[in-house]
Amino acid sequence: MSWIAKGIVNRTDHRLSMMLAVLSAGAALLLTLIVLFLIKESWPFLSSRWHSGSWFDWLQYQGWYPQENRFGMAPMLLASLAVTLGALIVALPVGLASAIYLQFYANPKVARTFRLLLTLLAGVPSVVFGLWGLTRIVPLIALWQPPGASLLAAILVLSLMVLPTIALTSAAALASVSGELLHGGIALGMRRKTQILHIMLPAARSNIFGGVLLATARALGETMAVLMVAGNVVQFPAGLFDPVRVLTANIALEMSYAMGDHRASLFASGLLLTAMVWLLSWGSYRVTRNGREAGQYG
Amino acid sequence: MLRIFIRLLLLMYVLASASVVQASGGRLTLTGSSTIAPLILEVAKRFESQHPGVRINVQTGGSSRGINDVRLGLADIGMVSRALKASEKDLSAYLIARDGIGIITHKNNPVRNLTGDQIVGIYSGKIRNWEEVGGSNLPITVINKAEGRSTLELFLQHFSLRNSQINAQVVIGDNQQGIKSVSAIAGAIGYVSIGTAEYEENHGTPIKLISMEGEIPTSENVAKGRYQFSRQLNLVVRNTPVGLAKEFIAFAQSDAVKDIIEAQFFVAP
Amino acid sequence: MVDRLFGWLMSGCAALVVSLLLWVLGDVLIEGVAHFSWSFLFTEPEDSGRSGGIAPILVSTLWILSIALVTALPLGLGVAVWLSEFAAGRRRFSDIARVTLDILAGVPSIVYGLFGNAFFSIYLGLGFSLLSGGLTLALMILPVFVRTCESGLRAVNDEWRRGALALGMARSAAIWHILLPAARPAIGAGLVLGIGRATAETAALVFTSGYVDRMPESPLDSGRALAVHIYDLSMNVTGGDSAAYASALVLVVLIVLLNTLAQSLLEDWFKRRVFVS
Repeated sequence: MSWIAKGIVNRTDHRLSMMLAVLSAGAALLLTLIVLFLIKESWPFLSSRWHSGSWFDWLQYQGWYPQENRFGMAPMLLASLAVTLGALIVALPVGLASAIYLQFYANPKVARTFRLLLTLLAGVPSVVFGLWGLTRIVPLIALWQPPGASLLAAILVLSLMVLPTIALTSAAALASVSGELLHGGIALGMRRKTQILHIMLPAARSNIFGGVLLATARALGETMAVLMVAGNVVQFPAGLFDPVRVLTANIALEMSYAMGDHRASLFASGLLLTAMVWLLSWGSYRVTRNGREAGQYG
Repeated sequence: MLRIFIRLLLLMYVLASASVVQASGGRLTLTGSSTIAPLILEVAKRFESQHPGVRINVQTGGSSRGINDVRLGLADIGMVSRALKASEKDLSAYLIARDGIGIITHKNNPVRNLTGDQIVGIYSGKIRNWEEVGGSNLPITVINKAEGRSTLELFLQHFSLRNSQINAQVVIGDNQQGIKSVSAIAGAIGYVSIGTAEYEENHGTPIKLISMEGEIPTSENVAKGRYQFSRQLNLVVRNTPVGLAKEFIAFAQSDAVKDIIEAQFFVAP
Repeated sequence: MVDRLFGWLMSGCAALVVSLLLWVLGDVLIEGVAHFSWSFLFTEPEDSGRSGGIAPILVSTLWILSIALVTALPLGLGVAVWLSEFAAGRRRFSDIARVTLDILAGVPSIVYGLFGNAFFSIYLGLGFSLLSGGLTLALMILPVFVRTCESGLRAVNDEWRRGALALGMARSAAIWHILLPAARPAIGAGLVLGIGRATAETAALVFTSGYVDRMPESPLDSGRALAVHIYDLSMNVTGGDSAAYASALVLVVLIVLLNTLAQSLLEDWFKRRVFVS
């Protein structure tokens, strides 16, 4: 929000302005430093790939055996995507349904308690979910298909973690839809279900989408909870009961022991993760802009 | 008000940086092998009690981390549970104990002995059920170590395997994690430090060390040379150690800590 | 009929969510209380944490958290004020800054850990220390904090600014006495988010502040955060599960307590700002 008049020169103001500008520049510098350092530290790996002409090797399946100089990240990338997608598939319908219940069916007292519970759970640390998954979910799956630590366990734990985020943001999105739309629906004699599914949800979809993206970023970047329950074998997941290793878990597992090209390759996978988040926010920016333009008709 | 706030902040940073300078005195950082760490923790406690004011920080990781951190100057001393390689001759190693690597299974597993070929078969995924090696009808869960652990390197070397040939169901980091996984899964097989395994076995953890080619994995047999699959436990420094690092290494090699080494089921050199 | 079925379906999903969440919380509460005692909070861990308490770990956690907050709070507030009040003439730059902050807010914590290890621990020579860990976390919570505060400041009605200007107040005074107090809820929300993320963080701390579970004597000692302790107990220690649940209970309660405390402090501070001076 800009100041209306630029006048009234005041020494304190000037000093404050300068100071804040320096602070901001410092912060910007620090944050740029993050990307620069990631590039600097992964440079030996990137350039040696470039020179040996095996630039895209990491995309092909050749396994992750740093000691044999084989750095195939594709299985872990795929595992990351599979875990994230799986968690969303489980959490999205359930979360959305809870939001609808919260907004249209629950009486105020129940709604408040429900909301409080969701907020509390959104604040529970991921390592606690990991601990719970390791001691409850994994043994349960192991009874059926040993060893239990698997893609399925990771998906279940992650979906539980993103559920509160999806439910809370969707509920907020539904609440922000103008009441007139709903009244119009009632006046037309629509059923409750039709009102919700065909008026309220479409009107709120751009904000719901924002919440889903938030959840996606969280699921993609989650490290500890997944590391604790996924089994950490580097392989293309062939089924839900196969153990997998995701990109973030790989960094956490190997970072402190890695040297040379191996260490650089882990920084490279950090860069890859950052790029994926960047793509995600770019996509969301595009979609929400289009959504806003089309909003009048939707 | 704003000014006071900013001054307070500045003061805090000055204090923090002052403590940086002051703290570099009687401090020693060791990182590396999770096999050696529990041993060094006990040695460090005794060393600290004899040298008031000295503080020794011990971090576990893997042998490569020990080497890595010493080279980068992150640690004063690295803990490495194998002999140094030809590419690591820029460092010098000081032997403090010997240890073996043993195969472990769940306590209730009836299998008592495996041959080298059987172990290779299990780890490369050709043998998938305990029935095939004389056990009960139970699928085998193969537990392998993550890259950078010397136990993995020595295991591969001993059985002439490459890591890409191994078909594992669970990949673990520390020795303790391996033992915890084996104790939780009935059909699991893993390989860990004999010292660590014996310590856990004696503390009631449901695991069992099994013989390999008829050789029984105990620290006693490692000491007498009756168990082949053994290794060195080393402390590693850049150049020659000086000051506190030198004192500590000398202390760790002396007879004053022999009882600690034996209590942890390792073999004094 | 269809309508009622739909309602049931929605209520059923909500009930499922509630029961799952109660399962998790109930487990943490029941298993945690079983191992918990007051001495658990005030003694050193023994036998790799199977017995004994978490005193040094609590101290390390609070060290890391205060270093992170002391660094991120003034820096973040300053940047937010600059972005919303002073950067008007540099629209393109402030737009870029906002997009960058949004991207950085989504970057996985482990990537911050990589940076912290390379920059603070190795490049600046801070080693594995509470200081490296705290500064890494400060960077991690900075983008979220700035964005929340900034949007709070921008949401303040322009009338207030005009009024201050008409009264002949200096901009700095107007920001200090009017805008910041008016944006209080957003600042509080940013603070809560920051505290939550910093206290819960595990991955970024493993290779910046380290693993040592002894009482830290200075910010340069390595120290184990509570979340790292839970991870270590559940992954590496046989028979450590019950101690892990007790630590998890402490961690959850700690986060709730810190949030309440932060909110009430903020409330108090702003009250004095508006009425006394």
